[in-house]
Amino acid sequence: MSAKTPSPPWNPYVAGALAGLLLVLSVYVSGKYFGASTTYVRAAAYVESAVDAERVSAMAYFIKEAPKIDWQFLFVVGIGLGSLASSLLSNTFRIQAVPERFARRFGQAPAKRFALAFVGGAVAMFGARLADGCPSGHGLSGSLQLAASGFVALAGFFIGGLVLARLVYGRQEGR
Amino acid sequence: MELMFGLLTGIGFGVLLQRAEVIRFDRQIGALLLKDMTIVKFMLSTILVGMVGVYLLADLGLAKLSIKPLILGGTVLGGLIFGLGWALLGYCPGTAGAALGEGRVDALAGMAGMLLGAAVYAEAYPALKAGVLTWGDYGKVTLPELLGLGHWPVIAVFVVGGVLLLRFLERKGL
Repeated sequence: MSAKTPSPPWNPYVAGALAGLLLVLSVYVSGKYFGASTTYVRAAAYVESAVDAERVSAMAYFIKEAPKIDWQFLFVVGIGLGSLASSLLSNTFRIQAVPERFARRFGQAPAKRFALAFVGGAVAMFGARLADGCPSGHGLSGSLQLAASGFVALAGFFIGGLVLARLVYGRQEGR
Repeated sequence: MELMFGLLTGIGFGVLLQRAEVIRFDRQIGALLLKDMTIVKFMLSTILVGMVGVYLLADLGLAKLSIKPLILGGTVLGGLIFGLGWALLGYCPGTAGAALGEGRVDALAGMAGMLLGAAVYAEAYPALKAGVLTWGDYGKVTLPELLGLGHWPVIAVFVVGGVLLLRFLERKGL
């Protein structure tokens, strides 16, 4: 391994365009568009099945999105593995519990960060399922297919996010 | 085989997300504060390249589109609710795992929250399906269909508009 200095980030246009090519290749090879949030439904069904399998097998939404390991499940796992490998190779892997912008607003206490991340995750996933997609499924895959739902959802994501981010973090950052 | 493709595609996407630093909380919140447009540059580049590529494949009969329905009740409300959660979490369902991969352990709390959110949604689904999810159902409709145009003119407008927007962001130094 070379020096411990972190590698500089890649140009976002180049990386983004490569991600576009990767998506086109995926659609060509396996007919699959990027998406992520359905995987959390399947995972939740797995967890609940461990407690009460009978109940899960009777629930309409878990019948629609059955607990199974499919293309998207491994896609989501792969994203984590790819990031782990890439961060280790580029010396950018760093154990961090409280991101900098968060610490500037709420301090260094991890408990506060974990609590807000947990609540945010729950709210975001409920919204993603109601919208039938997240920034991957609607934002990328939907809008690049010119789906009306993709653009409407993407607008919703950013409007909701812009308003709350401004309220929560805006004051701290000035102007 | 399909599963293997999923894993490989995910790994490739994870490397690109990590190296462009778009999975970081500071960048995602930075975008929502309109101070750091890195993720917008990344997403827009992906969308423009994907748009041209996917429609080329579709026109050549080599791929099928997969359009999600537009149900105003679900898409608008769900989109806004997602945005609120996103602003608190600072990661999204696809990038949380990647953030954890590069050592951002707070993503784990977010992922646990997402499991809870999915579980709660599954409980609420029968009621939502009979209510909100029936409001303004336009089906699997695309922009060209709504406008009564072919897809290439619409794509051309997006490519030109997208490039102009990116140029504007660069000039503003965002």
